[in-house]
Amino acid sequence: MIAEKNDAPLVLVVDDVDHGREIFAEYLEFRGFRVATAADGLEAIEKTHALRPDVVLMDLSLPGIDGWEATRRLKEDPATKDIPIIALTAHALASAHDKARAVGCNAVVTKPCLPRDLEQEVRRQLAARTGAPVEGTAKP
Amino acid sequence: MGSVAHLDVLPSPRGGGGIGARMKLSLVDVLLAEPEPRHCAMETLRWLERHAGVERAVCAVVDPDGGRLAGLTGLGVPSAAVEAFSLELNDRTHPLVVALAGNEPIAFHDSGQTLPRPFETPLGKAAFHAVPLGSSQQEMGPGLLLLSGVGDGPVNDDVLWAAALLGTRLAALGYRRVQADERRHKRERSLLLAVIHAVTDPILLTDADGRILIANAGAETLLTAGEEKREGWRHAVALNNMLFSASLFTAESGPTRRELLLVDPSEGKELLFEVLSSPVAIRTGENGIVSVLRNVTDLRRATEEIEENYRRQRLAEAATRAERDRLDLILNSVLEPILVTDPSGNIVRMNPPAERMFTLPGRGESRDGHPAQKDRALRDGEIERRVQANDAVFTSFVSNLYAGQSLRWRGELNLIDPKTGASIPVEAISGRLVSKHGEETAVVTILHDLTEAMEKARLYEQVKRHSEELREKVREATAELAGQNELLRRQALELEQASALKSQFLANVSHELRTPLNAIMGYTHLMLEGVSGAVNPAQQDKLTRVDANARHLLAVINDLLDITRIESGKMPVQAERILLSDLIDEVMTEVEPVIAGTRLAVTRDLPPDLPEIETDRQKVKQIVINLLSNALKFTPAGSVGIRLEHHWPAGEISIAVTDTGIGIAEENQKTIFEAFEQANSSYARRQGGTGLGLTICRRLASLLDGRIALASRLGEGSTFTLFLPAKSRTA
Repeated sequence: MIAEKNDAPLVLVVDDVDHGREIFAEYLEFRGFRVATAADGLEAIEKTHALRPDVVLMDLSLPGIDGWEATRRLKEDPATKDIPIIALTAHALASAHDKARAVGCNAVVTKPCLPRDLEQEVRRQLAARTGAPVEGTAKP
Repeated sequence: MGSVAHLDVLPSPRGGGGIGARMKLSLVDVLLAEPEPRHCAMETLRWLERHAGVERAVCAVVDPDGGRLAGLTGLGVPSAAVEAFSLELNDRTHPLVVALAGNEPIAFHDSGQTLPRPFETPLGKAAFHAVPLGSSQQEMGPGLLLLSGVGDGPVNDDVLWAAALLGTRLAALGYRRVQADERRHKRERSLLLAVIHAVTDPILLTDADGRILIANAGAETLLTAGEEKREGWRHAVALNNMLFSASLFTAESGPTRRELLLVDPSEGKELLFEVLSSPVAIRTGENGIVSVLRNVTDLRRATEEIEENYRRQRLAEAATRAERDRLDLILNSVLEPILVTDPSGNIVRMNPPAERMFTLPGRGESRDGHPAQKDRALRDGEIERRVQANDAVFTSFVSNLYAGQSLRWRGELNLIDPKTGASIPVEAISGRLVSKHGEETAVVTILHDLTEAMEKARLYEQVKRHSEELREKVREATAELAGQNELLRRQALELEQASALKSQFLANVSHELRTPLNAIMGYTHLMLEGVSGAVNPAQQDKLTRVDANARHLLAVINDLLDITRIESGKMPVQAERILLSDLIDEVMTEVEPVIAGTRLAVTRDLPPDLPEIETDRQKVKQIVINLLSNALKFTPAGSVGIRLEHHWPAGEISIAVTDTGIGIAEENQKTIFEAFEQANSSYARRQGGTGLGLTICRRLASLLDGRIALASRLGEGSTFTLFLPAKSRTA
């Protein structure tokens, strides 16, 4: 673990759109999370390996390696397969969602999404991983 | 004779007869050929039975000695009764004797009651006519016919004719005529003697013992010889007497005709005589025999030949007549014209159909009740011209046959219907009749009307042509249809592709809209949450409005995407068995925040025994939420109710959402389910509707084999009812 200033949960926000990254990153930091960002699939894979985030927020439509492919690789890799990945997509069709779950996404959230609702989902994933209650910002 | 006044005497005028000459001739033929009086009488009675309606009859004749009238034969009467029938001619007041003597027919209506004196006949008590067998007024006939069944009136001429004919024939066969009165009898006796003597044929009357009472010169020569004659002569006469007496023996019972070989006393040659003998009453109780001898020695052979020829000829004639009758019958029964022509080409025989073509109709007959003489003359002229034309055509045709060698000849002729002038095409078939000796006797031609056949052929051609045209049309139509099908298939494919493209396009649009919307809603939220620092109340208010509009836009985008998915069939139905009461609970929970924001009373009415149904839970929920949200939205005050019902027997379930809201005008009720239709658009916008909710509801319902019904009154409220089958067909 590359633990830094504190041991707040690290969330990797992956989105090729600037404001997409900014809104969720800013809000999650505001809510006490540590946040890292990636703008495409390749960067997401590298940063996941490098930073070992607690949760990855994965946009699906990405240039180059897209979100589905990046997720598939991360879930195939024993080193990263246990990191929860929440697909975050503007695709509203069930097919896109099913495909995301098929490659290993732990949850799918449709954009537009209120930052507050996204935070709820992040906490749910963290709790599912640790078996601990979701409330609070502290990470075990 | 005064008693006659009491009798029903019916003298002339008599009814005319209706029997044809041929029939009469047949009776004449029969009687002439029949030598037996009884048979003659019987034939006559049968003839009367056939042609004059006689039912029962008796023929009575005066017996040979002239003293009695006795039954000879009967028709429909027991023969014993006929034989027993006898009456004395001396009994001059007897009605039948009166009839006989008067030589006039008399009708006896009731022999038992109205007669001056009752008498009996073999006919019993039935009415009958007594018809004397006489032909002249002067003489009494040889007997009477008693006839029943010829009617009440006077007997007609045919009956009188037959009676006279029989009388004549019986007289010829030896029945004496009874003289009406004694004076005439005596005068005529001397006349008769003179006649007898004048006859060169030997005639003689013998008594019962064979003694000669009367003999004329011829008879005396043969049978008497004075002493002055030489011995050979006398021997010859003695021999003749013996032969003659012996032959008389057979004549005592009735008239006989026989041949007798005698000797010419003067020359000693054998002579053959034909002897006609008839018993006659000489005086009461004593009979004699009249014999007429006719020297037939030389004539015998000739006579025999003539007789034989005559017989043959008669047979041949009868056969010919029968043949001709049969032929007539056959010809007349054929519906097609048949003509027989003689070797010189003249028409000798036609049947009625041929007559219509080749003869003029009778001038006398009135045709079509047309009285105008001039018109008829014109028409007759026209008809005559046509008949002549037909005749010319036919004659020309037949002459071909006579010119050639063949026995049969076939051709087609064009004749004209004489009455209408219509052209009649006929097929003519002629055949030569050639006698055994190779002699041409006649040509028979049958004409077969081809009008119908030609018409049939024409119709057949027409039908064939139409059928051909039809086949061609069907072929064209089939080709066209195939083309259309191909076009349709291509269009369907294009449509499918277009639809897929549209879906893809909308999905993309949705994606592209959601991304900026995410930014709008996200930043708005960040500011409202105070992530970028505190906002004052005025800013917060405005940010809230941004948020609400963004949400509305999102709802529209979601609805559009739903509709697109339903339309492109990408909304799969996932059926499961659900309990609607549970589903309503979920809906109420979800809508609870909205209800809380109103001051409406929301009621639920669920029957306790609702069965499970098999349907898509998510879609039903979506519909009910939508309907309920609408009700809450468009009801400013009052109440909203959900009511579930189970409908027997189909098992259909209805979910009715009723409100006391603004209602929907009747003219808008039909279009309200169409996309972006809201009855009151400005109000609806204020309520945050997308204008797509009901469209989606209706389409979802139909996906589930259900339907949505609407009942509403403007200003009073609406009821939207979702009907769902017990089991969705698509499930």
